[in-house]
Amino acid sequence: MAGIWAVGEVADGQPTRLTLELATLARQLSEAAGTSAEARSVVIGGGAATAGAEVARYGPDVLAVGTAGEGRPAAATLAGHLAALVRERSPDIVLLGATPDGKDVAGALMALSDLPILVNTAGVSWSDGRPTVEMSTFGGRLVTSSTFSGTRGIVLVRPATVTAEAAATPGSVETVEVAAQELPEVRLTERVEETGAGVSIEEARTIVGGGRGVGSPHGFRLIEELAEALGGAVGATRAVVDAGWIGYGQQIGQTGKVVKPSLYIACGISGAIQHKVGVQTAGTIVAINKDPDAPIAEFADLVVIGDLFELVPKLTEAVRARKTGTA
Amino acid sequence: MHIVVLLKAVPIVGNERLDDGYRTQRTQLEANGNDEYVLEKALKLTESAGGEVSLLTMGPAGAADALRKALAMGATRAYHVLDDALAGACLRQTIDVLTAAAKKLEFDLLFCGADTSDGQGGVVASALAVRLGLPYLSYASEIEPTDGGVRVHRLSPTGYDVLEASTPALVMGTQVLGEPRYPSLRGIMQARSKEVITWSLADLGIDPATVGGANATTRVLGKEAPPQRSGATVLKGAPEEVVAQTVDFLAQRRLI
Repeated sequence: MAGIWAVGEVADGQPTRLTLELATLARQLSEAAGTSAEARSVVIGGGAATAGAEVARYGPDVLAVGTAGEGRPAAATLAGHLAALVRERSPDIVLLGATPDGKDVAGALMALSDLPILVNTAGVSWSDGRPTVEMSTFGGRLVTSSTFSGTRGIVLVRPATVTAEAAATPGSVETVEVAAQELPEVRLTERVEETGAGVSIEEARTIVGGGRGVGSPHGFRLIEELAEALGGAVGATRAVVDAGWIGYGQQIGQTGKVVKPSLYIACGISGAIQHKVGVQTAGTIVAINKDPDAPIAEFADLVVIGDLFELVPKLTEAVRARKTGTA
Repeated sequence: MHIVVLLKAVPIVGNERLDDGYRTQRTQLEANGNDEYVLEKALKLTESAGGEVSLLTMGPAGAADALRKALAMGATRAYHVLDDALAGACLRQTIDVLTAAAKKLEFDLLFCGADTSDGQGGVVASALAVRLGLPYLSYASEIEPTDGGVRVHRLSPTGYDVLEASTPALVMGTQVLGEPRYPSLRGIMQARSKEVITWSLADLGIDPATVGGANATTRVLGKEAPPQRSGATVLKGAPEEVVAQTVDFLAQRRLI
């Protein structure tokens, strides 16, 4: 029997939140498909069995694949093992996360397995023996639904497409060994750490974003403090990243990341289309801006008109007070 | 050094349309933003180390303007896979066609942008590397030729990884590589006489009857407008007051 696979990613020995979301999605699709498609999670890499035990709490049985991938980029190691496992066991549907590694692996798997692919997925349902995939496209002005012409394929799923929910009955963990398909050699010669591993913007439930209106690197501290008070991550527009106030990893938008937090607070951000495409599916959008006519007002839920240098510190203070019960 | 830059002409951002047959527009296109960053890097590398930059695209006749602009930036020539039978091609067909086209070229480096603004897939580069049997180095923030190879800084969540491979290789790059230049007037004049080589599917040895929408491995089922936000609440007034109202708003939605 074939099935629906959720392929996870492990960071610092732990499955990422997106991995748990994919396991949940595979379980939900399998339930919708009935007996025809069994869900499995696949965890590949050093410590796969340990991380796999956590993934198993979300329902599907886990295939934990150990690797000897030292000195190679993670995506290359993952792709070679996954392709071999897919060839051996022929799953119908392979769900992968739309992260840098996930995209690298998905492309390589497509080329190695000849499976078709649907990308940029913001929702998946099951009908007619195959998945129906929703994509938000054209800067959020359009939602399309697509499917495979056949019954097999790869689906590249964006973070926060579903909410991770542990299952009533956890799955088991099976340790498997495969002979990885070889890919042309790329050597990983050095890992350079520039920043601490803060909350990544793709995994964050709350993001505070800063734009040109923040004015300076010093002004950006206010954004960081509000994010910290809220337990969230810091995001930025391209202008701010180009100015060097914050790294590219925090950039939201067309040439940066697409994020879907529950709450996005946009400070001094006008809301140009290039930024909007990265954040428009956030649950709630709050804009703090001195210009009531800024385009962001068109897709925000709450617009606070005023001087962010005055409002943001006050909001930070109010959030902190509320948290410590001194409000 | 010969660098080939894969470039896609995409619908102008903010002005995209999908017709009733679920096809995107074939005119009013521009060079994909992420592709311009790697083009800029390719131009800089060949300017300092010698060599030339070629462009490779698959797309409708309307892609010509985007190619002409990239030539005006400094690329030497362009290869354009142009065939009506490709309309409605799926990603797998696109990979097949680009693979066949790239195989006709000799190069040291093949550059791709991180993804395109229309599809937002980000899977073409790694698929193409596998099909071409090339080492694959992705999410580059720096690209540096070495003796017989290439060194790349690949962005990681906390910094970057240094990757090395022998050439020919495929490098997928990011915006961090640097701002693309504007074409100079001289560049625009020169681009008029630069060569654009057009390849049909037959030129690539691909049977037109096997590609296009009718043979696509994926299909669009429908399109709809997304649910609209119900319109923003606007707060204006004394800072203490609007901050208190903001906190209430967030608390009501259980966001703090």
